[in-house]
Amino acid sequence: MNVFLNGEPASAPDVVTVAAFLESLGMPLKGVAVERNREIVPKSMYGSVRLTEGDRIEIVQFVGGG
Amino acid sequence: MPDTSVATGDQLIIAGKAYSSRLIVGTGKYANYAQNAAAAEAAGAEVVTVALRRVNVADKGSDRLVDHLDPKRFTYLPNTAGCFTADDAVRTLRLAREAGGWSLVKLEVLADQKTLYPDMQETLIAAKALIADGFDVMVYCSDDPVYARKLEDVGCCAIMPLGSLIGSGLGIQNPVNIRLIVEQARVPVIVDAGVGTASDATIAMELGVDGVLVNTAIAAARDPIRMARAMKHAVIAGRESYLAGRMPKKRYADPSSPLAGLI
Repeated sequence: MNVFLNGEPASAPDVVTVAAFLESLGMPLKGVAVERNREIVPKSMYGSVRLTEGDRIEIVQFVGGG
Repeated sequence: MPDTSVATGDQLIIAGKAYSSRLIVGTGKYANYAQNAAAAEAAGAEVVTVALRRVNVADKGSDRLVDHLDPKRFTYLPNTAGCFTADDAVRTLRLAREAGGWSLVKLEVLADQKTLYPDMQETLIAAKALIADGFDVMVYCSDDPVYARKLEDVGCCAIMPLGSLIGSGLGIQNPVNIRLIVEQARVPVIVDAGVGTASDATIAMELGVDGVLVNTAIAAARDPIRMARAMKHAVIAGRESYLAGRMPKKRYADPSSPLAGLI
């Protein structure tokens, strides 16, 4: 299915949890936060929240800043 | 190792946590994270500001801030740099809390790209929302004592007026207002933005502020590590000088050597 990942079109398996999606991206789980359609997905929910067609997923982390 | 150049017990307390360093450093604009870490070390900083950005999905192997500045050792202060509305700022800090697990944050809501001047109306709206949501909010603000008071009244844990525009290095442009804010505040006042060189940090501290936040002045120095060290000493000098109480100014000379016994 098609989703948006950090603003860019991306493809994801048809049935996939946030945890599996992050894993498929090779994304470290530590120090990141995930938002799905502007709602935060708490880490404890990664295994149960599933992506749906057209979801807008944001994955963010800390970078240098003032 | 305790810093013996600082009077014992002179601690900066923000949201119930005590710090012995009064210098907060940013982590932007450095050549790389290694230099950034060395500068934070040389500055003796205990708190570092950080930004929250999208992960580069295509380049996951790139250097990560957390690999160089250990969040267990440095208090991470997530900011909202680049946010121009209260909504964006609140959204960013909720994500930051989820990513890091900390509720101490630096709120800044900017008005325009050219000046990065804080939009105080939006800042106040965001501050209220964040505090209601359980955040400890350190707030970047203009040097307007009236808005500083309003931000304190809604529960901000530190007031952070600008010395001058972000990244300008123009120093403390309105010492009178900074002093007014210091005199009325019951929470720490930290000069954020504008410090260009070590003497600016000392001038701010001599006004009685509780701390100084520096990024560009260190990162853009020819030798950032050395400037970080200079800032550390400048903040200590300013603090000690403020606590010591300066001599009164006089219009004419007053000899330092005795007049009696002259040959």
